[in-house]
Amino acid sequence: MVLYRDEGVVLRTQKLGEADRIVTILTKRTGKVRGVARGVRKTTSRFGARLEPFSHIDLQLHTGRTLDVVTQVETIRPYGEALVADYPRYTAGTAMLETADRLTVGEKEPALRQFLLLVGGLRTLVEGGHEARLVLDAFFLRSLAVAGYAPALAECARCGAEAVRAFAIVAGGVVCGTCRPQGAAVPAAETIALMIALLRGDWPAADASESRHRVECSGLVAAYLQWHLEHGIRSLRHVEREPAHPSAQFPHGSRT
Amino acid sequence: MYEGVVQSLIDELGMLPGIGPKSAQRIAFHLLAADPADVKRLAHALLEVKEKVRFCRICGNVAAEDECRICRDQRRDPHVICVVEEPKDVVAIERTREFRGRYHVLGGAISPIDGVGPDDLRIRELMTRLADGQVTELILATDPNLEGEATATYLARLVKPMDLTVTRLASGLPVGGDLEYADEVTLGRAFEGRRLLDV
Repeated sequence: MVLYRDEGVVLRTQKLGEADRIVTILTKRTGKVRGVARGVRKTTSRFGARLEPFSHIDLQLHTGRTLDVVTQVETIRPYGEALVADYPRYTAGTAMLETADRLTVGEKEPALRQFLLLVGGLRTLVEGGHEARLVLDAFFLRSLAVAGYAPALAECARCGAEAVRAFAIVAGGVVCGTCRPQGAAVPAAETIALMIALLRGDWPAADASESRHRVECSGLVAAYLQWHLEHGIRSLRHVEREPAHPSAQFPHGSRT
Repeated sequence: MYEGVVQSLIDELGMLPGIGPKSAQRIAFHLLAADPADVKRLAHALLEVKEKVRFCRICGNVAAEDECRICRDQRRDPHVICVVEEPKDVVAIERTREFRGRYHVLGGAISPIDGVGPDDLRIRELMTRLADGQVTELILATDPNLEGEATATYLARLVKPMDLTVTRLASGLPVGGDLEYADEVTLGRAFEGRRLLDV
């Protein structure tokens, strides 16, 4: 039996047998780990709420033949407790967890930058200083950049020309009039500026953006993310915009 | 591999949740050795449960008729509805003998990561039940995990304009446990919901 200790964020849980759960955790040093938490569904479990999704935890596991077994857990910060009281933030948070899960394909392959990005994203979401959907889009763009899929936003993704006109997912970002493929979207210049601000972490510029540009940005980012993942993000369909932005239901991925 | 029907029985039993190939084999041989009358009773019960059991048209609980036993019971308080995730939660609450109102079974909890949203649950049916104004209190008894809490938050927000008393089951320390093992969230909620000890 090999014991190891790490720090991680619980991405998802699945029921196992009578009272156990399989817990998927994105850890700081080991990468994505799937472990069994025995008896966690019993009301008398010593793990309690520590292994709920969004929990930032310090944990100890021992390696098993197929799945590792969680032996001890301490909470560093229970992000779920704050998120669950605010439904739009909760839905944005679940999309973050699902994306982090999808982007870290292999188990036990260190993904430190993705881990730090997720912790930072959850902290920003809980602090509530910015609109939840903006935080989510910033997380998507930066996760894509960490995974090597950063969209070209300043110059044509194909020829490098500076005069860009459209956004083409297949081309990998903005394109000029000559390189523009059929079916490329033509977003407002402000939408592209918002995407650049979110990718760079320029929050004053992102917070000052207009609602219609945010909605357009969300559609493009969601479509771009799902195209590169070759997989839909199920939580995205349920992400709600906050009441201050009633222009909510944007059909994800239908813009290009 | 066993011959014909024995292998079919093992395969069918192996489809049940929590039954692996070894357990399926053990149950199959137990049935082979059992009294034929006992096996017939089991087979009859399996067929009967599929034929007769349906979901109550009012609350969504399992029922032998159009309406479940609780919805038909005139002695139950129609002004209080307790919202639960699954029919087995109704059984758990009924065992307490503390609640005399009616139930509403959602059929799960909101879990975006599994693709389950509000439209996949019996929330529309709940809103229809609340529309006639007879109900005065809604007790949200979804599971005290993240999905259950999110579902409770969503429902509380949805019924806010309805002038109802919306309550959530208390969370806190389990009876018989040690304080030192309580996690931060549970202990925090126990502090939030502490009550006056009037002796």
